[in-house]
Amino acid sequence: MSVIVLAEHQQGSFKKKSFEAIQYAAGIAQAMGTSVTAVVLGNAGDSEMQQLGQYGATKVLHVADARLDNLNARAYTKALVAAAEKEGAKVVVGLHDVTGKAVFPRVAARLKAGMVAGAVAQPDTASGFVVKKTVFSGKAFASVNITSDVKVVTLMPNTFAVKKGEGSTAVEKLEVAFEDKDFAVQVKEVSKVTGTVPLAEAELVVSGGRGMKGPENWHILEDLAKELGAATACSRPVADSHWRPHHEHVGQTGGTIRPNLYIAAGISGAIQHLAGVNGSKTIVVINKDPEAPFFKAADYGVVGDVLEVLPKLTEAVKKWKASHN
Amino acid sequence: MKILVCISQVPDTTTKIAFSDNNSTFNTAGVTFIINPYDEWYALVRALELKESGAATTVNLVTVGKADAEPVIRKALALGGDEAIRIDADSTDPYVVAAQIAEYAKSEGYDLVLCGKESIDYNNGSTGAMLAELLDMNFIGFASSLSIEGGVATVKREIEGGEETDTCALPLVVSCQKGMAEARIPNMRGIMAARTKPLKVVPAAAISPLTAIVSYDLPPAKTGVKLIDPNNMDELVELLHTQAKVI
Ligand SMILES: Cc1cc2nc3c(=O)[nH]c(=O)nc-3n(C[C@H](O)[C@H](O)[C@H](O)COP(=O)(O)OP(=O)(O)OC[C@H]3O[C@@H](n4cnc5c(N)ncnc54)[C@H](O)[C@@H]3O)c2cc1C
Ligand SMILES: Nc1ncnc2c1ncn2[C@@H]1O[C@H](COP(=O)(O)O)[C@@H](O)[C@H]1O
Repeated sequence: MSVIVLAEHQQGSFKKKSFEAIQYAAGIAQAMGTSVTAVVLGNAGDSEMQQLGQYGATKVLHVADARLDNLNARAYTKALVAAAEKEGAKVVVGLHDVTGKAVFPRVAARLKAGMVAGAVAQPDTASGFVVKKTVFSGKAFASVNITSDVKVVTLMPNTFAVKKGEGSTAVEKLEVAFEDKDFAVQVKEVSKVTGTVPLAEAELVVSGGRGMKGPENWHILEDLAKELGAATACSRPVADSHWRPHHEHVGQTGGTIRPNLYIAAGISGAIQHLAGVNGSKTIVVINKDPEAPFFKAADYGVVGDVLEVLPKLTEAVKKWKASHN
Repeated sequence: MKILVCISQVPDTTTKIAFSDNNSTFNTAGVTFIINPYDEWYALVRALELKESGAATTVNLVTVGKADAEPVIRKALALGGDEAIRIDADSTDPYVVAAQIAEYAKSEGYDLVLCGKESIDYNNGSTGAMLAELLDMNFIGFASSLSIEGGVATVKREIEGGEETDTCALPLVVSCQKGMAEARIPNMRGIMAARTKPLKVVPAAAISPLTAIVSYDLPPAKTGVKLIDPNNMDELVELLHTQAKVI
């Protein structure tokens, strides 16, 4: 009756958030007195999969079908359900990211399992199986009891720090009888954002609003982002005015992000903007207007002209990095 | 081609969130409800465009909710659509919502089901994929464009670290996000027409919830912003390292 967890990877390399999911699953397994089996889909090397043991997976089920290299909700569901059945899993764990959101609701529906999407704490198993998640776009939390026999939980990425341990893992192949219809969604074209940090996964984000004055000033913001290794984002009017591409716009109508650090430069902090970013761990606001509403949601504030403050901040980061290396 | 658009009602984004009954219930007193933005601006408007271009014959709207959900689905009808269906069930468990819609839709022959990427109240982003599973359809999530030709959908969607263009034969469930369409404002004609459009109430099927909300809580209030001198960015960097521990 182990806990199973999907270990997402890209071309065989596992990301931090996958380790985070395994560690989370290991916490649940410990509370339930059982162990964790990680499921790996598509091509991945043995030595990479061995890493999963260091975060608490005692077993890996590897479905090595190359067609699984691309996200395919139906096929992924079939593989996860096969793994869950093989292990007699009572809890299935994934991540609340684009892959997880396509796959785990399907898994839950197939297993008739209650699901909590976007968990931010370890389940409380003292009475029932109560999982805390954010609701109202970060304005509140709800504690949800999963009452079904089998339970599905997806973890909000970047919730916990990952700690590498000593454990090792046994890799086993799992054969799944796929049918053509499992691959009915066909990939025609893939375009990965290269060079820069993808916004949805970024731990650090530097974002600009109308206070940046125009696209010609964006290099100032990009310099800081580059120095920090951060992704860039913007407010909606900035995207609407075509100063920045629309995929960078965050907020109610744009992307929702939860980085560790969100630096808002020349953004007023309208509620629709906050809806997309107030899950951020630390918020720094730079605005020339001390009355800007964003300061109320900020941890650190700088009252000043962004065009002057940003270069100074970039310099300070440079200096700090030099002294910490 | 018949399209079904899933519409959920959510509190207006400017709502101050509060709870009652010992933090066990969301306090709706004084709360204005709106159409979930992703459902309205992206799913519904794209469906209407597909009808206007002749690709679709019918656009129906469905919501799972009690009678208090009717004003919002009427508002959605004012943007367009042929008829609205309200499934008279409670909508707190995502499985129940998906299963109720699936029960209704399975015999109606929809070719395309559109929903939003997530509802801005419970932020599950689960309904579309669950519905696809229950209807035994394919699902493409986080779509930013969708076109249909000869019974095949071409969809651009977000993936980890990028974008992908997929094709899939109908029937299909798609969850929609920004890029999909331009927001529209209902006009007087639409509002008048919505009043006479059919709003069908379907009784709830017997489906038990698999989850229950035990309690709510609010995040600890920010302790107040710490202001840093604009000429002392070294201090900010140091605080981000030693105090906030984010760099
Ligand atoms: C239904 C709806 C949905 C919306 N969705 C979104 C959304 O998803 N995302 C979003 O961002 N917005 C959204 N909006 C718009 C939102 O309400 C605000 O209008 C928008 O966020 C404001 O953007 P801004 O802060 O860049 O611009 P402004 O409001 O113009 O603010 C500019 C700020 O920069 C400051 N400033 C100016 N010059 C300088 C300078 N030299 N140095 C320092 N500071 C300076 C000003 O003091 C001001 O605070 C939505 C609105 C509605 C009605
Ligand atoms: N009660 C509901 N009735 C109809 N559709 C819904 C309902 N709740 C959610 N949906 C649809 O499912 C999408 C995702 O919602 P959710 O899974 O709740 O985040 C929404 O954008 C709607 O399109």
